[in-house]
Amino acid sequence: MASTSKDSLPSHLTHQENIDDDLVPGACPESILNPTDSFEEIETEMSTDPEQRHAKLTTKSSTISEIQSEIGEPSKDMKTAKSSDDLKEGMASSPSSSNITEQNGDDVDTDKDEYLQSPELVNKEKHVFILSSAGKPIYSRYGNEDKLAGLCGVIQALVSVVEDHDQDILRSICTKDCKAVFLVKGPLILVAVSKSNESETQLVMQLTYAFNQIVSVLTLTQLNRIFEQRRNYDLRRLLAGAERLIDNLLIFMEKDPAFLLGAVRCLPLPEKARENITNAIISTCNKIRDLVFAILIAGNQLITLVRMKKYTLHPSDIHLLFNLVRSSESFKTAESWTPVCLPKFDATGFLHGHVSYISEDCQACLLLLTVQRDAFYPLSQAKHTIAEKLEKMKCIGAINDALNRSKDLPTTNPLKHIGIPIIRHFMYKCKSTAQLFTSDPISLDRLQDYRIMHKEGGDITVKKIEKLSDIDYVKNYRKFCNQIHCATVPAKFIFRSNCENTILAWITNGFELYVTFDALVEKEQTKKAVDHLLQWIKREENRIFIMNAPTF
Amino acid sequence: MKVIEAKIVVLGSQGVGKTSLVVRYIGKMFSRHISPTIGASFFTCNINLAEARVKLQVWDTAGQERFRSMAPMYYRNANAALLVFDITCRASFAAVKGWVKELQSNAAGPLVLALVGNKADLAAARAVPATDAARYAAALGAPYTETSALRSAASRRGGCGGCGGVGGRGARGAARLEPAHAARRHPAPALLLAAAAGAAGAEVSAGGGRVELPAWSLHTPRADTPRPLCC
Repeated sequence: MASTSKDSLPSHLTHQENIDDDLVPGACPESILNPTDSFEEIETEMSTDPEQRHAKLTTKSSTISEIQSEIGEPSKDMKTAKSSDDLKEGMASSPSSSNITEQNGDDVDTDKDEYLQSPELVNKEKHVFILSSAGKPIYSRYGNEDKLAGLCGVIQALVSVVEDHDQDILRSICTKDCKAVFLVKGPLILVAVSKSNESETQLVMQLTYAFNQIVSVLTLTQLNRIFEQRRNYDLRRLLAGAERLIDNLLIFMEKDPAFLLGAVRCLPLPEKARENITNAIISTCNKIRDLVFAILIAGNQLITLVRMKKYTLHPSDIHLLFNLVRSSESFKTAESWTPVCLPKFDATGFLHGHVSYISEDCQACLLLLTVQRDAFYPLSQAKHTIAEKLEKMKCIGAINDALNRSKDLPTTNPLKHIGIPIIRHFMYKCKSTAQLFTSDPISLDRLQDYRIMHKEGGDITVKKIEKLSDIDYVKNYRKFCNQIHCATVPAKFIFRSNCENTILAWITNGFELYVTFDALVEKEQTKKAVDHLLQWIKREENRIFIMNAPTF
Repeated sequence: MKVIEAKIVVLGSQGVGKTSLVVRYIGKMFSRHISPTIGASFFTCNINLAEARVKLQVWDTAGQERFRSMAPMYYRNANAALLVFDITCRASFAAVKGWVKELQSNAAGPLVLALVGNKADLAAARAVPATDAARYAAALGAPYTETSALRSAASRRGGCGGCGGVGGRGARGAARLEPAHAARRHPAPALLLAAAAGAAGAEVSAGGGRVELPAWSLHTPRADTPRPLCC
């Protein structure tokens, strides 16, 4: 039953009997990633009870100290002492800079309304503002946040009026063509003002990511303590150089379905090659006691992840690592020793990461994450050993082939390989392993293009659509994704057909699937195509997914 | 041939060009796309001198305030510290003084210092007079050089002919380091060399010129009371 109306979205709860319930391509009993549904988490994020939300931010035991005590490292005390140290440092010298901000605020007061109308701010598809709960600007996606002191004051007032007078939480304000979504998290207020088709939940998710990005740079402990000690603190001092991480993350989230689905994309590799890479890492690192994760990534895709027993990573933490590597050219020049906090793993402390590219002619970046802050030299040694082994086993060639999207690989152009002409695009998430595969992996170059495009504006333009890019397909899925993950009345199966295209969205216990077909395709036809598609993914699952969960 | 191992730490405010300087020296190139260092970067480089081979380990630290507490990890075992500031930014020069204080009270062993004013190509926007910097360096007993990680690139392409100016200007007023031939071409390397040599406690000659050792060592006055960093 196809509906050709553009506006109505009939959703059907159907049972597709012809598809075997056991067929869940990519599923495996053990996963390297937490198979958490990001939407469910966001629901708690959006909980209206302020107490409950606050409790979530503060009561969490430290995984890092747990690991430290297990391997018998007494360095926890030192760590806490340290973070209080750098805090004092920040405080001592801060008055000067906060004065500057205030002065700027005064200067701007007279013409602030004018600034809000300036070309760098108007006509943007999505704004993101971050401010402290005292109303001090911290980050603005566009324009100069210094000049937005007035606007931040208004936001702060709105939030606190609802909180104080109504004992409630301001979640969103909708106008005809625009949504403003608010997220109060700890000492920060995050706001997205969007004209895109993203839902409130999706925007809250993006704001949560932005918050986690800040936590990843500072740790939640430090963030909370700063504002406990000085409510008026200008956080930009401590975030210097990290703005670009938030900038890039926002772009990344808009175009990569990995965020939409809370899943991680893997670099498609021959099973044997991936196994060799994993074994090279395990055999080199299994003697290093304090190593928690060894992660090899390339182009926002996971190649392998080896972990300490008992511990897995949340997709959202991996996304932050992707973003970090992607945004930091400096990792290409040398080995780096980088403190990084993974908010879902442990928001209270830093892991220390040895970060380096595996070789000069390969875009794969190796992260060795440990709880030990002075473990650089053994990890540096380990990295060189791993790099030699990969070179010897010709794994680097396999990685490069996959990255360069060599024509011979079935995963380079899956649609052609599957051979069903009516399918234009698809994305598939295996729920148990939180991994994702799409028909048209966003290539590095195109990500670059997209970024440049954004640098030049992020303006809303009415462009004539000639050929949809993968980004456009993903944008189309947003609405469906939202209905499928709707908290009140979730849909299991959506079929919509109109003169532009036919979209099918389907969620089962094992997977989520979104497919775009040609316009006005019959439902019977799509059933067969989807069947075929799932069989293909099943056949290629060892190549496109990580099907085991290796430990040291 | 004697092999000397030396560790050198590069310190200074954010954006003064520490990474650019190190990359210029080790990678012999300049990139406009360097992103802020996160934590610290580790470089190694080997220098062959007439009498010794120096294996230099360079810790290029991040200048952002939030990494300040990590710095001891890098300077504690260093033999030399390169203190970098931006000649167009007064605050970055003031920050160097803060670093010196911290090093004086915390460094674990004798530490050779060298002061570098970067971005000499922006001399028109100069905010730190060369004489001030030189005077301060002299008071520390540290060599002072002005350089440009950017311009060094231009002059290399031009056949290394016209870069005497950079090194020459830098050498004015430098307390201990007479610019050797090599130093004239690449002031920063010369400092690294001096530091390395100083670290190893040996007198080394480079490229015919003579690199004298800074006689002053940070730690001597308080050698017997190493102060714990925290707790």
